Amino acid sequence: MAKALARFRICDFTGQLAGAGATKWLAAFGAEVIRIEDPATQGRWDILRSMPPFVDERRGVDFGGGFNNHNVEKLGLTLNLRTERGRELLAEIVKRSDVVAENFASGVMERLGFGYARLRELRPDVVYVSNCVFGHVGPYAAFKTWGPIVQAVCGLTFTSGLPDREPAGWGYSYMDHTGGMAMAIAILLALLHRERTGEGQWVDLACTEAGLALHGPAILDWTVNGRPTRRPGSPHANRSESPPMAPHGIYPARGDDEWVAIACRSDAEFAALAGVVAAPWAREARFAALAGRLAAQDELDALVAGWTREREKQAAAGALRAVGIPAAPVARPQERIDGDPTTAAWGLWPTVHHAKMGDVRVDGLPVHLSKTDWELHRGGPCVGEHTELVLGRLLGLSPDDVAKLRAEGVV
Amino acid sequence: MSALAGTRVIELSHERTAWAGKLLADMGADVVLVEPPGGDATRAWPPFAGDVPGPERSLHWWHHQTSKRGIALDLDDARGRDVLRRLVSGADVLLEGEPPGRLGAQGLDPADLAALRPELVMASITPFGREGPRRDEPATDLTLLAAGGPVWSCGYDDHALPPVRGLGGQAAHIGGHYAVLAVLTALLHRAASGEGQHVDVSLYAAANVTTEMASYHWLVQRTTVQRQTGRHAMEFQTLPTQIRCADGRHVCTGVPPRRRAEFARLVAWLESLGIDELAFPELVFLRRGAERDVDFAQIGVDDEVTAIFAAAREAMNLAASRLPAHEFFLGAQRNAGIPVGVIHSPEEAFEDEHFRARGFQVEVAHPELGRSVRYPGAPWRFEKTPWRISRRAPRLGEHTEEVLSAAGIAREEIAALRAAGVLGRAAPEAGA
Repeated sequence: MAKALARFRICDFTGQLAGAGATKWLAAFGAEVIRIEDPATQGRWDILRSMPPFVDERRGVDFGGGFNNHNVEKLGLTLNLRTERGRELLAEIVKRSDVVAENFASGVMERLGFGYARLRELRPDVVYVSNCVFGHVGPYAAFKTWGPIVQAVCGLTFTSGLPDREPAGWGYSYMDHTGGMAMAIAILLALLHRERTGEGQWVDLACTEAGLALHGPAILDWTVNGRPTRRPGSPHANRSESPPMAPHGIYPARGDDEWVAIACRSDAEFAALAGVVAAPWAREARFAALAGRLAAQDELDALVAGWTREREKQAAAGALRAVGIPAAPVARPQERIDGDPTTAAWGLWPTVHHAKMGDVRVDGLPVHLSKTDWELHRGGPCVGEHTELVLGRLLGLSPDDVAKLRAEGVV
Repeated sequence: MSALAGTRVIELSHERTAWAGKLLADMGADVVLVEPPGGDATRAWPPFAGDVPGPERSLHWWHHQTSKRGIALDLDDARGRDVLRRLVSGADVLLEGEPPGRLGAQGLDPADLAALRPELVMASITPFGREGPRRDEPATDLTLLAAGGPVWSCGYDDHALPPVRGLGGQAAHIGGHYAVLAVLTALLHRAASGEGQHVDVSLYAAANVTTEMASYHWLVQRTTVQRQTGRHAMEFQTLPTQIRCADGRHVCTGVPPRRRAEFARLVAWLESLGIDELAFPELVFLRRGAERDVDFAQIGVDDEVTAIFAAAREAMNLAASRLPAHEFFLGAQRNAGIPVGVIHSPEEAFEDEHFRARGFQVEVAHPELGRSVRYPGAPWRFEKTPWRISRRAPRLGEHTEEVLSAAGIAREEIAALRAAGVLGRAAPEAGA
């Protein structure tokens, strides 16, 4: 299949998920993504390189399962930027790259000697996309951060919780995923602009702002109506105010830590639910219309829970879906990955081949393009796995040249 | 200049397409939103401006439809579909979120539209994709996030409490981001090849691959993460990272100091808060930390390292008990250099000095209200092609005549279509 992005080369300093997730998209569509890593630290700036999960408990910088997941189809090059020669080689790579992508703390690229002004000197139409928590300007630009801080500061942690309790938050770095997507969108937009005008640019992405933009109606409720999200009884994250629905929640099912999500969208759907539940309470007139159900949500939730608690989550959800009501079990990872054949049928868990880990399944992409679909075959690069390949193909260095650089500690 | 200037997008109005359409529109694409004559269903979603319901007052609508123009068009009528085909024949992108099968029944499937306009990039955003055995299952944000994985990882240490679905309509946000990525990728392919294509986006699939460790821990080592209050779901219980401050609000911590200089700054900050050895005898361990580097791999092995680590955690809890959350956040960051995040509500984040200074708040004119409204601003800073809200959300049918005229439809034909009810009623007067 044709590759949509094969004509682009990315000089990639990204790591973790917020950055590496962005260039994973580009690599999946054929872009040549060259990860630049530090040989002195064995690429450990990206802590996922040596973090679990591991295949067969084999550990080390080339065995991090998360790193492999986020860096499939990329090339790995080591360059010691503390050396003059390392910086010269990087300059040559930048000259040949369409995009420079990084998610260091603000100021790091400057300290490495490759701030935007320098990048543009080397490559006047370079697309440079930086991605950090607070962005490169503003009162908090120098603050220290890690993934969960993004969600805390931008409101996402707060809005994920039950009333009158501390926030539950997101049990994973949702904003690393989202920040990576925003970063990839920024890269593609800047490339489209460059193709039409010849002009490169710098995009300063602050993950916190990408997160804040996900709360638009709540923010307008504040600026227009003066109503804060922090108010008694709020947030009540498993309920739905916009649009209003009841019953709407996550209810206990039979078994240990088993749950089923139910969203009743209309009076007609509630009548259908009443038919499935077949209990006297479900036929009470006061529940027939939405207003009545909203007014008695606590009671209604308890009644629905009484019905779900006696049933397997699959059976409860299936019975409701059969009459058109949105309902789904809260799925454990194994239930959606191995237990639902439609995810594999989508190609959602492709097996890639990693040089040391062997064959490993990774996250695929939730899209299919009819003419230039994504492909993932090669695992994430081991430290320096493609150093000779990249320096040879891109800069014309011979294996002897590279051996010398290796002896000098440059690669 | 904007990044997508001149890019013509037709969006068949739907709750699933709104976010993707806004992302394109605010980056300069000419997005024409096609609504049924009765208006999109999300116009009835609260909250409303002034808490007064009305089709032009939904704040969900206001937020998601910025920078778009809107037309009313009855696609259940053959004449309406004919108008849509004429619009598509001049478009670069079509976004749609219709139930699978609906467009096909109307002769508007990807193949039909590709025949009409080979350069078209058409994106479908549906709960389970356009094909497959689950494609017709009823679904909402809640059920997609429950079935797709995010909900399993979110909630409290106490598993008697249900897992939690984060608010904000995130299933459509996740899918919208992927849809925009795919559309832009297809546009770059088109720029080189001239050919358009169809993009199939599944919200369920999108949720599935947006759960970080939950998925790849299972894929790699077949283990199952468990939800924990305010921190990552993991196979085992980790230490709490969320701290309650003096004002009852919370902060997120989690990365303890490890270098000498960091311990020295922590000690100085505590002293500036009046926390001395008398109040906090373990301060002695932090002073030890300021004299030696601490290898956290030695926690539980080396007694002193264990004590130093425990003292750092205790010190943070003690400082938090004396300070409101926002002061704690600023103090820990500015004085102690410790990564801490204040847990803001959305409105608190919006009003925070950092985002104000970066210009995140933008004013959008609402002429009918005789004022402007502060909106959330740019998710990114483009140096040359800035993000911009070019107009408030369209009123129902506001741009019908303008858009149809520009597509070459004669005034008489527009009048006839309107008389036949294909275009709905004339756009409401301002203030209606």
